[in-house]
Amino acid sequence: MSISLPALSAQLLVGLINGSFYALLSLGLAVIFGMLNIINFAHGALYMMGAFCAYFLLNIWGIGYWWALLIAPIIVGIFGMILERTMLKWLAGLDHLYGLLLTFGLALIIEGIFQNYFGSSGLPYAIPDQLRGGTNLGFMYLPIYRGWVVVFSLIVCFATWYLIERTRLGAYLRAATENPTLVRAFGVNVPRMITLTYGLGVGLAALAGVLSAPINQVRPLMGENIIIVVFAVVVIGGMGSIMGSIITGFALGVIEGLTKYFYPEASNTVVFVLMVLVLLVKPTGLTGRAA
Amino acid sequence: MTAMTDNAMPVTPRAIRDEMIVFAIMTLLLLIVPLTDLYPFFVMQALCCALLACAFNLLIGYGGLLSFGHAMFLGTGGYVTAHAAKVWGMPPEFGILVGVAASAVLGVVTGIVAIRRQGIYFAMITLALSQLIYFIYVEVPFTHGEDGIQGIPQGHLFGFLDLSKPTVLYYVVVANFLFGFLIVFRAINSPFGEVLKSIRENEQRAISLGYKTDQYKLLAFILSGTLAGFAGSLKVYVVQNASLSDVEVSMSGLIVLMTLVGGLGTVFGPVVGAFIIVATQQYLAGFGSWVTVIQGSIFVACVLLFRRGIVGEIAHFFRRSL
Amino acid sequence: MKTKMRALLLGTALAVGAASGALAQDKTAKVGVLTDLSGLYADLGGQGSIVAAEMAIEDSGMKAKGWKIDLVSADHQNKPDTGTAIARRWIDTEKVDVLTDVLNSGVALAVSNVVKEKNAILLDSGAGSSELTNTQCTPNTIHFTYDTYMLAHSTGSAMVKAGGDSWFFITADYAFGHALENDTTAVVKASGGKVLGSVNVPLNTPDFSSYLLQAQASKAKVIGLANAGGDTTNSIKQASEFGIVKGGQKLAGLLLFLTDVHSLGLNVAQGLSLSETFYWDMNDQTRAFSKRFGERMKNHAMPTMVQAGVYASLVHYFKALDAIGGNPHDGAKVVAKMKEMPTNDPLFGKGSIRIDGRGIHPAYLFEVKKPSESKGEWDLYKLIGTTPGDQAFRPLSESKCPLVKH
Repeated sequence: MSISLPALSAQLLVGLINGSFYALLSLGLAVIFGMLNIINFAHGALYMMGAFCAYFLLNIWGIGYWWALLIAPIIVGIFGMILERTMLKWLAGLDHLYGLLLTFGLALIIEGIFQNYFGSSGLPYAIPDQLRGGTNLGFMYLPIYRGWVVVFSLIVCFATWYLIERTRLGAYLRAATENPTLVRAFGVNVPRMITLTYGLGVGLAALAGVLSAPINQVRPLMGENIIIVVFAVVVIGGMGSIMGSIITGFALGVIEGLTKYFYPEASNTVVFVLMVLVLLVKPTGLTGRAA
Repeated sequence: MTAMTDNAMPVTPRAIRDEMIVFAIMTLLLLIVPLTDLYPFFVMQALCCALLACAFNLLIGYGGLLSFGHAMFLGTGGYVTAHAAKVWGMPPEFGILVGVAASAVLGVVTGIVAIRRQGIYFAMITLALSQLIYFIYVEVPFTHGEDGIQGIPQGHLFGFLDLSKPTVLYYVVVANFLFGFLIVFRAINSPFGEVLKSIRENEQRAISLGYKTDQYKLLAFILSGTLAGFAGSLKVYVVQNASLSDVEVSMSGLIVLMTLVGGLGTVFGPVVGAFIIVATQQYLAGFGSWVTVIQGSIFVACVLLFRRGIVGEIAHFFRRSL
Repeated sequence: MKTKMRALLLGTALAVGAASGALAQDKTAKVGVLTDLSGLYADLGGQGSIVAAEMAIEDSGMKAKGWKIDLVSADHQNKPDTGTAIARRWIDTEKVDVLTDVLNSGVALAVSNVVKEKNAILLDSGAGSSELTNTQCTPNTIHFTYDTYMLAHSTGSAMVKAGGDSWFFITADYAFGHALENDTTAVVKASGGKVLGSVNVPLNTPDFSSYLLQAQASKAKVIGLANAGGDTTNSIKQASEFGIVKGGQKLAGLLLFLTDVHSLGLNVAQGLSLSETFYWDMNDQTRAFSKRFGERMKNHAMPTMVQAGVYASLVHYFKALDAIGGNPHDGAKVVAKMKEMPTNDPLFGKGSIRIDGRGIHPAYLFEVKKPSESKGEWDLYKLIGTTPGDQAFRPLSESKCPLVKH
């Protein structure tokens, strides 16, 4: 296959779209991990709930896409906070692996219930009118909605980074991760902070779900596979830094896009292969601190 | 870091005596199954799963390493044995040997990568690796994609044991299971097992005592993967097919669930757990789509309410090692 | 002990029956619906297949003739191991005579082997693999509704006839996807069309845009989707986003069902071509059946071809039992009778069951309606072309089934 520049740049752009989802999801995982020290296996299921939420908002209450971008993450975030308060809370002090097992079980329950009520083939969700159609960039046809996804996720990612790394709230949060007793001494309600953090991470997953609803069919198992890829992304990037997980997410999306162009057969395995390579060279991940 | 479980107790003569008694009871029960109304095919399937869970338990219960990708070994053992039996026409003893060897090789390759991280990262890495292996099996031609390898001839073990006879097959499976179980049992109660436990409790201390902990972990991973592959090879002669469902993530989850239900780090827990989970799969099949919800609920209940698992709780109650 | 006694009694009964030249007058039969109730294919078969089986039992009129027909059902969870375990238990301990639906090719092929070993019957409706009646055919299995070979042929030839003579394939990169692509390529070429290119896509790809861009750039008149399940629906949805159908290219789904189109919605799926052997809105009889069927479903869904196939194959099975005059509990024997008798049911019309176990009936090429043409939730298809049964399926001359004498 000869390399044509237009086609290549088209793939790069397309790769950025996948990268947006990886970045949003791995960012959420990193935020949760930073505060709760658990890997949230239910992240894929909550991403799916975000998409379903958008569907319900539209079909039951007639609330459209734009409001769904705000409301769905809040609803799913609250659901997440309930999970944290009623279950995850009890795992504090235990081996972190129990968090993984518990959230894996939760993912099975959530996905099973959705499958029971909404079947497996999924529900349609249309692209909002304002973002329909596409523009010809000269070298490729870019559907407007995809451009929007990239831009919007970049904004959300950097806003989250700013919130955690540059604000007072973020400073408490980071301090609470390092030394909860000390932060408590300052009069900060640490358990509430943990709950809110979990809600934030879950909300990010739900937001990714809403963004993906118009592109992918809204299906109960839509989060089942993407979560494993995101795990690999997280291993590659390391969960030590917020910015690290954002950049790794986008970068891997682009690499995957390039693979689709040069050797499509390997495009769903390339992230895993990269993970193996990174582990062999730098086991702590690209931005991670030693465990 | 707190250890996953306090189930695994120190090796004392009394503990070993208790375990030997239970082992004798288990063996006896397995031997008389064909005389009862219990369906032998179900017991054989459960035994394959039990062996698998025991292999997994070696890693988590004693080494503190949670593998979320053990299905890749099960699938590899299964596919290679199935191919050897069907396409190359190998007799069962060689079919199993080839399958076990293949999973051992996979254990070496994936182990070198996976043991570079611990805890949660180890779990995520094994999960990602098994997904990689899954995608490879989907695409390579010899697995026949979603059709799977079907109608595998059972043949004669050692030339004279006709595996197509249900009773012969049953006792062969029991013998193989007990063989695999004893390997795990021996490994746990050996100096090797003691070092593993000390790594689980406190890796830094083990390192400072001069143990090359990475080598121990790698060895445990390879042994565990090889035994899981053995379970996969054995299963081929029971179900006579090999399919993608054995390599899927959900299978890896089931392996974790079996061991968790029975009791992480207990000797007999994985066996009990495997029988329970295989039974729920088959006898709750009429509940349809609720099966996954039920399995998820068992996960949650185990983690929140009885982390020691069934056998672990019993052992704890009687203060015995089981 | 109990089972041994029963086997002994049964053996005696058979011996007596054979000696007197008449068949055992055992007028009982047990049907097992083995399907996917929780996974990917649950909408295609699932609960609807159980409903279809119930309706077949009621409509057959067997009860009035003194028969007692029992029904059991279970979820195989798309795992061949679970499927075979249930099948064995059903046949061995619950005396199930006939298993039906069994979607998912991996499970179906595994169950087919068990059924042969135990001399029961498999009336498969849901699985796609044409291997069930080719290299892996057995005297105990009937593959009633459809297979991938038929889908490829019907769609390929009818599309070329309708002017779609240049193709580009988006192919799932595993055995099944390649088989679909190869079968379709063969028929497209034989009908005078050409294939401009294809791209192999790994399973479970969430984003098809790269491949759709390549397909668009190829300028092929037809883009063939040789994939299944979520991959197919995602590629169709994204094709609509890229304006592929509006740009004048046609999309052909090579393995796609009514429930998929329904879940995509007409806005996205309009203009898509696909083949099926049954559609609820074909004639008065299919409409009457579908109305009754919908009333029993919790979401009032119309039957898919898989569910219709469960009904029709069971109806034929009961006719064969009735013709024999009693249930011999001998799978191969009943299947032989079913092959002997022509099929005729309200859903698939007149047809037959071939020596290799293949159900033969016409295949239809449909196009998905525009939203403006549709009069209801399930008013989704318009008929474009019909391929007669004897041309739609793999001819016996190409068969590698050991039951076929060349």
